[in-house]
Amino acid sequence: MKLSRVVITGVGLTAPNGNSLTEFRHNLLNGVAGVERIDVRYMGTQLAGVCHYDALKYQKKKEVRVGTRAGSIAIYCAREALADSKINFEAQAKDRVGIYIGCTEHGNVETENEIYNISKFNYETKYWSHYHNPRSVANNPAGETSLSLGITGPAYTIGAACAAGNMGLIHATQMLRLGEVDLAICGGVSESIHTFGIFAGFKSQNALATHEDPKKASRPFDKARNGIVISEGGALYTLERLEDALARGAKIYGEIAGYHVNSDASDYVLPNPERQSECIQKAIARAGMTTRDIDLVNTHATATPLGDIQETQGIRTVFADSPDTLVNNTKSFIGHAMGAAGALELAGNLPSFDDLIVHPTINVDDLDPQCALPGLVLNHPKKAKRVDAILNNSFGMLGINSALIVKRFVA
Amino acid sequence: MTNDEIKKVVIDIISDIAPDEDTSNLKPDVRLREQMQLDSMDFLDIVMELRKRYGIEVPEAEYIKLATLDSCAEYLGPKFAALGK
Repeated sequence: MKLSRVVITGVGLTAPNGNSLTEFRHNLLNGVAGVERIDVRYMGTQLAGVCHYDALKYQKKKEVRVGTRAGSIAIYCAREALADSKINFEAQAKDRVGIYIGCTEHGNVETENEIYNISKFNYETKYWSHYHNPRSVANNPAGETSLSLGITGPAYTIGAACAAGNMGLIHATQMLRLGEVDLAICGGVSESIHTFGIFAGFKSQNALATHEDPKKASRPFDKARNGIVISEGGALYTLERLEDALARGAKIYGEIAGYHVNSDASDYVLPNPERQSECIQKAIARAGMTTRDIDLVNTHATATPLGDIQETQGIRTVFADSPDTLVNNTKSFIGHAMGAAGALELAGNLPSFDDLIVHPTINVDDLDPQCALPGLVLNHPKKAKRVDAILNNSFGMLGINSALIVKRFVA
Repeated sequence: MTNDEIKKVVIDIISDIAPDEDTSNLKPDVRLREQMQLDSMDFLDIVMELRKRYGIEVPEAEYIKLATLDSCAEYLGPKFAALGK
Protein backbone atom coordinates (compact mmCIF):
# COMPACT_ATOMS: atom_id res chain seq x y z
CA MET A 1 0.00 0.00 0.00
CA LYS A 2 1.37 3.39 -0.97
CA LEU A 3 1.13 5.74 1.96
CA SER A 4 0.34 9.40 1.57
CA ARG A 5 3.22 11.76 2.21
CA VAL A 6 2.53 14.00 5.21
CA VAL A 7 4.08 17.42 5.68
CA ILE A 8 4.34 20.07 8.36
CA THR A 9 2.75 23.34 7.24
CA GLY A 10 2.39 25.41 10.41
CA VAL A 11 4.01 25.78 13.83
CA GLY A 12 2.63 27.38 16.99
CA LEU A 13 4.48 27.25 20.25
CA THR A 14 5.16 28.70 23.64
CA ALA A 15 8.38 27.84 25.42
CA PRO A 16 10.05 29.25 28.51
CA ASN A 17 12.34 31.22 26.19
CA GLY A 18 9.99 32.18 23.40
CA ASN A 19 6.40 32.48 22.30
CA SER A 20 6.90 31.99 18.58
CA LEU A 21 9.19 29.85 16.48
CA THR A 22 11.16 32.94 15.47
CA GLU A 23 11.75 34.04 19.07
CA PHE A 24 12.43 30.48 20.26
CA ARG A 25 14.94 29.83 17.49
CA HIS A 26 16.66 33.16 18.02
CA ASN A 27 17.18 32.34 21.68
CA LEU A 28 18.38 28.80 20.94
CA LEU A 29 21.02 30.22 18.62
CA ASN A 30 22.04 32.90 21.11
CA GLY A 31 22.35 30.81 24.26
CA VAL A 32 19.31 32.32 25.99
CA ALA A 33 17.88 29.92 28.56
CA GLY A 34 14.43 30.29 30.09
CA VAL A 35 14.57 28.84 33.58
CA GLU A 36 13.54 30.85 36.66
CA ARG A 37 12.58 30.52 40.30
CA ILE A 38 8.92 29.99 41.17
CA ASP A 39 7.02 29.34 44.36
CA VAL A 40 5.60 25.84 44.44
CA ARG A 41 2.82 25.06 46.93
CA TYR A 42 4.10 23.19 50.01
CA MET A 43 7.65 23.16 48.61
CA GLY A 44 8.72 26.79 48.44
CA THR A 45 11.09 28.11 45.80
CA GLN A 46 11.88 25.74 42.94
CA LEU A 47 13.45 26.07 39.53
CA ALA A 48 11.11 25.84 36.56
CA GLY A 49 10.61 26.79 32.95
CA VAL A 50 7.69 29.23 32.80
CA CYS A 51 5.93 30.38 29.65
CA HIS A 52 5.00 34.05 29.32
CA TYR A 53 2.63 34.00 26.35
CA ASP A 54 -0.39 36.29 26.30
CA ALA A 55 -3.30 33.99 27.11
CA LEU A 56 -5.78 36.78 26.37
CA LYS A 57 -4.62 36.92 22.77
CA TYR A 58 -7.02 34.10 21.99
CA GLN A 59 -9.14 33.59 25.12
CA LYS A 60 -11.59 35.61 27.16
CA LYS A 61 -10.77 36.13 30.82
CA LYS A 62 -13.61 33.82 31.76
CA GLU A 63 -12.26 31.06 29.50
CA VAL A 64 -8.89 31.34 31.22
CA ARG A 65 -10.60 31.18 34.62
CA VAL A 66 -12.84 28.23 33.80
CA GLY A 67 -10.34 26.28 31.74
CA THR A 68 -6.96 24.80 32.52
CA ARG A 69 -3.43 26.02 31.90
CA ALA A 70 -2.87 23.10 29.54
CA GLY A 71 -6.04 24.04 27.67
CA SER A 72 -4.90 27.64 27.42
CA ILE A 73 -1.46 26.63 26.14
CA ALA A 74 -3.09 24.31 23.60
CA ILE A 75 -5.45 27.04 22.36
CA TYR A 76 -2.59 29.50 22.00
CA CYS A 77 -0.39 27.02 20.12
CA ALA A 78 -3.21 25.74 17.90
CA ARG A 79 -4.27 29.23 16.84
CA GLU A 80 -0.68 30.30 16.27
CA ALA A 81 -0.08 27.19 14.14
CA LEU A 82 -3.22 27.79 12.08
CA ALA A 83 -2.25 31.41 11.54
CA ASP A 84 1.25 30.35 10.53
CA SER A 85 -0.11 27.75 8.10
CA LYS A 86 -2.17 30.43 6.30
CA ILE A 87 -4.93 27.86 5.86
CA ASN A 88 -8.30 29.39 5.04
CA PHE A 89 -9.72 28.00 8.25
CA GLU A 90 -13.13 29.59 7.77
CA ALA A 91 -13.59 27.53 4.63
CA GLN A 92 -12.18 24.34 6.18
CA ALA A 93 -14.67 21.53 6.91
CA LYS A 94 -14.46 21.49 10.71
CA ASP A 95 -15.52 17.85 10.94
CA ARG A 96 -12.44 16.91 8.90
CA VAL A 97 -10.00 18.48 11.33
CA GLY A 98 -8.42 16.33 14.03
CA ILE A 99 -6.73 17.50 17.22
CA TYR A 100 -4.14 15.11 18.65
CA ILE A 101 -2.28 16.44 21.67
CA GLY A 102 0.34 14.56 23.61
CA CYS A 103 0.34 14.92 27.40
CA THR A 104 2.60 13.48 30.03
CA GLU A 105 -0.22 13.78 32.55
CA HIS A 106 -3.34 15.84 33.01
CA GLY A 107 -5.52 16.43 36.04
CA ASN A 108 -2.87 16.62 38.75
CA VAL A 109 -2.93 20.42 38.77
CA GLU A 110 -6.70 20.64 38.90
CA THR A 111 -7.06 17.98 41.60
CA GLU A 112 -4.35 19.51 43.79
CA ASN A 113 -6.00 22.91 43.46
CA GLU A 114 -9.36 21.55 44.61
CA ILE A 115 -7.88 19.68 47.55
CA TYR A 116 -6.08 22.86 48.57
CA ASN A 117 -9.33 24.78 48.14
CA ILE A 118 -11.38 22.50 50.39
CA SER A 119 -8.57 22.41 52.94
CA LYS A 120 -9.62 26.01 53.65
CA PHE A 121 -13.08 24.67 54.47
CA ASN A 122 -12.17 21.81 56.79
CA TYR A 123 -12.15 19.43 53.81
CA GLU A 124 -15.91 19.68 53.31
CA THR A 125 -16.51 18.38 49.80
CA LYS A 126 -19.46 20.70 49.17
CA TYR A 127 -16.82 23.34 48.39
CA TRP A 128 -15.32 21.19 45.60
CA SER A 129 -15.71 22.94 42.24
CA HIS A 130 -18.29 21.84 39.71
CA TYR A 131 -15.59 22.55 37.11
CA HIS A 132 -13.34 19.82 38.46
CA ASN A 133 -14.48 17.09 36.08
CA PRO A 134 -14.31 19.04 32.81
CA ARG A 135 -10.98 20.44 33.92
CA SER A 136 -9.44 17.11 34.86
CA VAL A 137 -10.64 14.75 32.14
CA ALA A 138 -7.69 13.47 30.17
CA ASN A 139 -8.93 15.00 26.90
CA ASN A 140 -9.19 18.50 28.42
CA PRO A 141 -6.49 20.33 26.40
CA ALA A 142 -7.79 18.94 23.11
CA GLY A 143 -11.41 19.54 24.11
CA GLU A 144 -10.77 23.16 25.05
CA THR A 145 -9.06 23.63 21.68
CA SER A 146 -12.03 22.16 19.83
CA LEU A 147 -14.35 24.50 21.74
CA SER A 148 -12.20 27.50 20.98
CA LEU A 149 -11.95 26.77 17.25
CA GLY A 150 -15.32 25.13 16.61
CA ILE A 151 -13.59 21.97 15.42
CA THR A 152 -16.03 19.05 15.31
CA GLY A 153 -13.64 16.31 14.20
CA PRO A 154 -11.83 13.98 16.62
CA ALA A 155 -10.11 15.86 19.44
CA TYR A 156 -8.27 13.94 22.11
CA THR A 157 -5.04 13.63 24.00
CA ILE A 158 -2.43 10.93 23.86
CA GLY A 159 -0.94 9.92 27.16
CA ALA A 160 2.64 8.79 26.62
CA ALA A 161 4.64 10.29 29.47
CA CYS A 162 7.51 12.35 28.11
CA ALA A 163 7.34 10.67 24.71
CA ALA A 164 3.96 12.30 24.18
CA GLY A 165 5.00 15.29 22.06
CA ASN A 166 6.36 13.04 19.33
CA MET A 167 3.32 10.82 19.70
CA GLY A 168 1.01 13.68 18.80
CA LEU A 169 2.75 14.07 15.44
CA ILE A 170 3.02 10.34 14.85
CA HIS A 171 -0.64 9.73 15.58
CA ALA A 172 -1.67 12.65 13.37
CA THR A 173 0.40 11.23 10.52
CA GLN A 174 -1.35 7.90 10.92
CA MET A 175 -4.80 9.51 10.94
CA LEU A 176 -4.03 11.58 7.84
CA ARG A 177 -2.78 8.50 6.03
CA LEU A 178 -5.91 6.60 7.03
CA GLY A 179 -8.00 9.40 5.58
CA GLU A 180 -9.71 10.02 8.91
CA VAL A 181 -9.07 13.78 8.71
CA ASP A 182 -7.80 16.30 6.16
CA LEU A 183 -6.00 18.57 8.58
CA ALA A 184 -4.38 17.65 11.87
CA ILE A 185 -3.44 19.96 14.71
CA CYS A 186 -0.96 17.97 16.72
CA GLY A 187 1.98 18.00 19.08
CA GLY A 188 2.19 18.24 22.84
CA VAL A 189 1.44 20.49 25.80
CA SER A 190 2.33 20.54 29.47
CA GLU A 191 1.14 22.45 32.55
CA SER A 192 3.22 20.34 34.91
CA ILE A 193 4.91 23.21 36.77
CA HIS A 194 1.58 23.96 38.43
CA THR A 195 1.46 20.67 40.32
CA PHE A 196 3.66 20.26 43.36
CA GLY A 197 3.33 16.50 42.97
CA ILE A 198 5.60 16.38 39.91
CA PHE A 199 8.27 18.38 41.75
CA ALA A 200 7.92 16.35 44.93
CA GLY A 201 7.99 13.08 43.00
CA PHE A 202 11.20 13.94 41.18
CA LYS A 203 12.71 15.28 44.39
CA SER A 204 11.94 12.03 46.21
CA GLN A 205 13.54 10.25 43.28
CA ASN A 206 16.64 12.48 43.72
CA ALA A 207 16.07 13.65 40.15
CA LEU A 208 15.27 17.35 40.62
CA ALA A 209 17.92 19.83 39.47
CA THR A 210 19.40 22.45 41.78
CA HIS A 211 21.74 25.28 40.90
CA GLU A 212 22.37 28.76 42.26
CA ASP A 213 21.90 30.18 38.76
CA PRO A 214 18.54 29.02 37.38
CA LYS A 215 19.68 29.40 33.78
CA LYS A 216 22.52 26.95 34.39
CA ALA A 217 20.42 24.37 36.22
CA SER A 218 19.49 22.25 33.21
CA ARG A 219 22.80 20.83 32.05
CA PRO A 220 22.54 17.54 30.17
CA PHE A 221 25.88 15.80 29.53
CA ASP A 222 27.77 18.02 31.99
CA LYS A 223 29.61 16.26 34.82
CA ALA A 224 27.85 18.44 37.37
CA ARG A 225 24.34 17.72 36.11
CA ASN A 226 22.07 16.85 38.99
CA GLY A 227 18.60 16.35 37.60
CA ILE A 228 15.57 17.68 35.77
CA VAL A 229 14.24 21.23 35.54
CA ILE A 230 10.47 20.93 35.14
CA SER A 231 8.87 23.20 32.57
CA GLU A 232 5.56 24.06 31.03
CA GLY A 233 5.02 24.69 27.36
CA GLY A 234 3.49 23.57 24.14
CA ALA A 235 4.13 23.11 20.47
CA LEU A 236 1.38 22.26 18.02
CA TYR A 237 1.73 21.79 14.29
CA THR A 238 -0.59 21.71 11.33
CA LEU A 239 0.00 18.52 9.36
CA GLU A 240 -1.50 17.85 5.96
CA ARG A 241 -1.22 15.31 3.22
CA LEU A 242 1.30 16.55 0.69
CA GLU A 243 -1.19 16.84 -2.16
CA ASP A 244 -3.45 19.08 -0.05
CA ALA A 245 -0.55 21.26 1.04
CA LEU A 246 0.71 21.62 -2.54
CA ALA A 247 -2.77 22.36 -3.86
CA ARG A 248 -3.08 25.41 -1.66
CA GLY A 249 0.52 26.49 -2.13
CA ALA A 250 1.45 25.98 1.51
CA LYS A 251 4.82 26.70 3.02
CA ILE A 252 6.29 23.31 3.91
CA TYR A 253 8.59 23.07 6.93
CA GLY A 254 9.45 19.44 6.42
CA GLU A 255 8.09 15.99 5.68
CA ILE A 256 7.40 13.20 8.14
CA ALA A 257 9.92 10.64 6.95
CA GLY A 258 9.64 7.90 9.54
CA TYR A 259 8.92 7.06 13.11
CA HIS A 260 8.80 4.25 15.59
CA VAL A 261 7.25 3.70 19.00
CA ASN A 262 8.09 0.85 21.32
CA SER A 263 8.19 -0.09 25.00
CA ASP A 264 10.99 -1.15 27.33
CA ALA A 265 8.93 -3.58 29.37
CA SER A 266 11.72 -3.48 31.91
CA ASP A 267 11.22 -0.83 34.62
CA TYR A 268 8.86 1.87 35.91
CA VAL A 269 11.38 4.70 35.60
CA LEU A 270 14.78 3.47 34.44
CA PRO A 271 15.43 3.80 30.72
CA ASN A 272 16.49 0.86 28.61
CA PRO A 273 19.26 1.68 26.09
CA GLU A 274 18.66 -1.48 24.09
CA ARG A 275 15.02 -0.66 23.47
CA GLN A 276 15.81 3.00 22.81
CA SER A 277 18.37 1.97 20.19
CA GLU A 278 15.88 -0.41 18.66
CA CYS A 279 13.32 2.39 18.49
CA ILE A 280 15.79 4.68 16.69
CA GLN A 281 16.90 1.96 14.29
CA LYS A 282 13.37 1.02 13.35
CA ALA A 283 12.44 4.66 12.75
CA ILE A 284 15.44 5.02 10.43
CA ALA A 285 14.50 1.81 8.62
CA ARG A 286 10.90 2.94 8.22
CA ALA A 287 12.17 6.17 6.70
CA GLY A 288 14.12 4.12 4.17
CA MET A 289 17.31 5.68 5.45
CA THR A 290 20.60 4.65 7.00
CA THR A 291 22.24 6.33 9.96
CA ARG A 292 24.41 8.35 7.54
CA ASP A 293 21.27 9.98 6.20
CA ILE A 294 20.50 11.44 9.66
CA ASP A 295 22.22 14.81 9.91
CA LEU A 296 20.97 15.86 13.32
CA VAL A 297 19.80 13.97 16.39
CA ASN A 298 17.92 15.87 19.07
CA THR A 299 18.41 13.97 22.28
CA HIS A 300 15.82 13.40 24.97
CA ALA A 301 18.49 13.72 27.70
CA THR A 302 17.01 15.32 30.82
CA ALA A 303 20.22 15.79 32.82
CA THR A 304 19.76 12.88 35.14
CA PRO A 305 23.10 11.19 35.85
CA LEU A 306 22.12 7.77 34.55
CA GLY A 307 19.62 8.66 31.82
CA ASP A 308 22.05 10.84 29.87
CA ILE A 309 24.71 8.13 29.89
CA GLN A 310 22.25 5.50 28.73
CA GLU A 311 20.87 7.59 25.89
CA THR A 312 24.30 8.61 24.61
CA GLN A 313 25.39 4.99 24.87
CA GLY A 314 22.51 4.05 22.60
CA ILE A 315 23.26 6.83 20.11
CA ARG A 316 26.97 5.98 20.13
CA THR A 317 26.14 2.40 19.20
CA VAL A 318 23.53 3.16 16.56
CA PHE A 319 25.53 5.95 14.92
CA ALA A 320 28.95 4.29 15.17
CA ASP A 321 29.33 4.37 11.39
CA SER A 322 28.03 7.91 11.00
CA PRO A 323 30.56 10.27 12.60
CA ASP A 324 29.17 13.33 10.78
CA THR A 325 25.78 13.12 12.44
CA LEU A 326 25.41 16.10 14.76
CA VAL A 327 23.72 15.82 18.14
CA ASN A 328 22.08 18.49 20.29
CA ASN A 329 19.76 18.96 23.24
CA THR A 330 17.09 21.59 23.83
CA LYS A 331 16.35 20.89 27.49
CA SER A 332 19.58 22.67 28.39
CA PHE A 333 17.75 25.90 27.46
CA ILE A 334 14.20 25.30 28.62
CA GLY A 335 14.26 22.38 31.01
CA HIS A 336 11.99 19.40 30.51
CA ALA A 337 8.63 20.44 29.11
CA MET A 338 7.30 16.95 29.71
CA GLY A 339 4.48 16.18 27.24
CA ALA A 340 5.48 19.18 25.15
CA ALA A 341 9.17 18.31 25.11
CA GLY A 342 9.37 16.30 21.91
CA ALA A 343 7.18 18.72 19.98
CA LEU A 344 9.04 21.80 21.18
CA GLU A 345 12.45 20.28 20.58
CA LEU A 346 11.56 19.39 17.01
CA ALA A 347 10.36 22.95 16.40
CA GLY A 348 13.64 24.38 17.61
CA ASN A 349 15.52 22.38 15.00
CA LEU A 350 13.21 22.72 11.97
CA PRO A 351 14.78 26.03 10.85
CA SER A 352 18.06 24.14 10.39
CA PHE A 353 16.71 22.92 7.05
CA ASP A 354 16.90 26.53 5.89
CA ASP A 355 19.92 28.01 7.67
CA LEU A 356 22.00 24.83 8.16
CA ILE A 357 22.84 26.01 11.67
CA VAL A 358 22.54 23.54 14.55
CA HIS A 359 21.75 25.01 17.93
CA PRO A 360 23.99 23.75 20.70
CA THR A 361 23.57 22.02 23.99
CA ILE A 362 24.41 24.72 26.50
CA ASN A 363 25.66 24.58 30.09
CA VAL A 364 28.28 21.95 29.33
CA ASP A 365 31.24 23.36 31.26
CA ASP A 366 32.79 19.99 31.87
CA LEU A 367 31.64 17.28 29.49
CA ASP A 368 31.02 13.94 31.14
CA PRO A 369 33.26 11.58 29.14
CA GLN A 370 30.56 8.93 29.44
CA CYS A 371 28.26 11.24 27.46
CA ALA A 372 30.79 12.21 24.80
CA LEU A 373 29.71 11.77 21.21
CA PRO A 374 31.66 12.81 18.11
CA GLY A 375 28.88 15.05 16.81
CA LEU A 376 27.76 16.66 20.06
CA VAL A 377 27.32 20.40 19.47
CA LEU A 378 28.48 22.06 22.67
CA ASN A 379 27.74 25.58 23.90
CA HIS A 380 27.94 27.34 20.52
CA PRO A 381 25.92 26.87 17.33
CA LYS A 382 27.57 24.93 14.56
CA LYS A 383 27.24 25.36 10.82
CA ALA A 384 26.40 22.00 9.32
CA LYS A 385 27.49 20.77 5.94
CA ARG A 386 24.06 19.37 5.36
CA VAL A 387 20.73 19.18 7.24
CA ASP A 388 18.35 17.02 5.27
CA ALA A 389 17.02 14.79 8.05
CA ILE A 390 16.41 15.33 11.76
CA LEU A 391 15.86 12.53 14.26
CA ASN A 392 13.83 13.63 17.29
CA ASN A 393 14.03 11.34 20.33
CA SER A 394 11.51 11.37 23.18
CA PHE A 395 11.36 8.75 25.87
CA GLY A 396 9.09 8.43 28.88
CA MET A 397 8.36 6.66 32.11
CA LEU A 398 6.98 3.15 32.09
CA GLY A 399 9.35 2.63 29.18
CA ILE A 400 7.59 4.36 26.28
CA ASN A 401 10.01 5.34 23.51
CA SER A 402 9.36 7.40 20.41
CA ALA A 403 11.65 8.37 17.56
CA LEU A 404 10.46 10.71 14.82
CA ILE A 405 12.35 11.59 11.65
CA VAL A 406 11.52 14.73 9.69
CA LYS A 407 13.25 15.36 6.40
CA ARG A 408 13.71 18.33 4.17
CA PHE A 409 10.84 18.53 1.73
CA VAL A 410 11.83 17.74 -1.81
CA ALA A 411 9.00 17.61 -4.33
CA MET B 1 -27.56 44.36 55.03
CA THR B 2 -29.60 46.65 52.81
CA ASN B 3 -30.99 45.55 49.48
CA ASP B 4 -28.41 47.69 47.71
CA GLU B 5 -25.61 46.11 49.73
CA ILE B 6 -26.86 42.64 48.83
CA LYS B 7 -27.03 43.58 45.16
CA LYS B 8 -23.45 44.78 45.41
CA VAL B 9 -22.45 41.42 46.91
CA VAL B 10 -24.01 39.62 43.95
CA ILE B 11 -22.48 42.01 41.41
CA ASP B 12 -19.05 41.54 43.00
CA ILE B 13 -19.40 37.78 42.65
CA ILE B 14 -20.57 38.07 39.04
CA SER B 15 -17.65 40.36 38.25
CA ASP B 16 -15.29 37.66 39.47
CA ILE B 17 -16.91 34.75 37.66
CA ALA B 18 -17.63 36.65 34.41
CA PRO B 19 -14.69 39.05 34.22
CA ASP B 20 -15.32 39.97 30.59
CA GLU B 21 -18.79 41.35 31.34
CA ASP B 22 -19.63 44.96 32.08
CA THR B 23 -21.53 44.86 35.36
CA SER B 24 -21.73 48.61 35.89
CA ASN B 25 -25.21 49.11 34.44
CA LEU B 26 -27.15 45.98 35.27
CA LYS B 27 -30.89 46.53 35.46
CA PRO B 28 -32.15 45.20 38.78
CA ASP B 29 -35.49 43.95 37.50
CA VAL B 30 -34.27 42.19 34.33
CA ARG B 31 -33.05 38.61 34.36
CA LEU B 32 -29.27 38.45 34.66
CA ARG B 33 -29.03 35.91 31.82
CA GLU B 34 -30.73 38.37 29.49
CA GLN B 35 -28.15 41.03 30.27
CA MET B 36 -24.95 39.05 29.99
CA GLN B 37 -23.57 35.68 28.99
CA LEU B 38 -24.19 33.47 32.00
CA ASP B 39 -24.70 29.73 31.71
CA SER B 40 -25.81 27.11 34.21
CA MET B 41 -22.23 26.54 35.37
CA ASP B 42 -21.95 30.26 36.11
CA PHE B 43 -25.05 30.11 38.30
CA LEU B 44 -23.46 27.22 40.16
CA ASP B 45 -20.49 29.54 40.64
CA ILE B 46 -22.73 32.20 42.19
CA VAL B 47 -24.17 29.57 44.53
CA MET B 48 -20.67 28.33 45.39
CA GLU B 49 -19.35 31.83 46.10
CA LEU B 50 -22.31 32.63 48.39
CA ARG B 51 -21.46 29.43 50.25
CA LYS B 52 -17.74 30.16 50.43
CA ARG B 53 -17.85 33.85 51.20
CA TYR B 54 -20.93 34.06 53.45
CA GLY B 55 -21.89 30.52 54.45
CA ILE B 56 -25.22 30.93 52.67
CA GLU B 57 -26.79 27.82 51.13
CA VAL B 58 -29.10 28.06 48.14
CA PRO B 59 -30.96 24.78 47.51
CA GLU B 60 -31.28 23.75 43.86
CA ALA B 61 -35.05 24.29 43.88
CA GLU B 62 -34.47 27.92 44.80
CA TYR B 63 -31.88 28.82 42.14
CA ILE B 64 -34.70 30.54 40.27
CA LYS B 65 -34.76 33.16 43.00
CA LEU B 66 -31.35 34.38 41.83
CA ALA B 67 -32.76 35.36 38.43
CA THR B 68 -32.57 39.16 38.87
CA LEU B 69 -30.71 41.48 41.20
CA ASP B 70 -34.03 42.47 42.79
CA SER B 71 -35.01 38.85 43.38
CA CYS B 72 -31.52 38.14 44.75
CA ALA B 73 -31.92 40.95 47.30
CA GLU B 74 -35.40 39.79 48.27
CA TYR B 75 -34.33 36.14 48.60
CA LEU B 76 -30.95 36.65 50.23
CA GLY B 77 -32.01 39.44 52.61
CA PRO B 78 -33.46 37.11 55.26
CA LYS B 79 -30.51 34.75 54.88
CA PHE B 80 -28.02 37.55 55.56
CA ALA B 81 -30.23 38.76 58.42
CA ALA B 82 -30.22 35.27 59.93
CA LEU B 83 -26.43 35.47 59.93
CA GLY B 84 -26.64 38.79 61.76
CA LYS B 85 -25.55 40.74 58.68
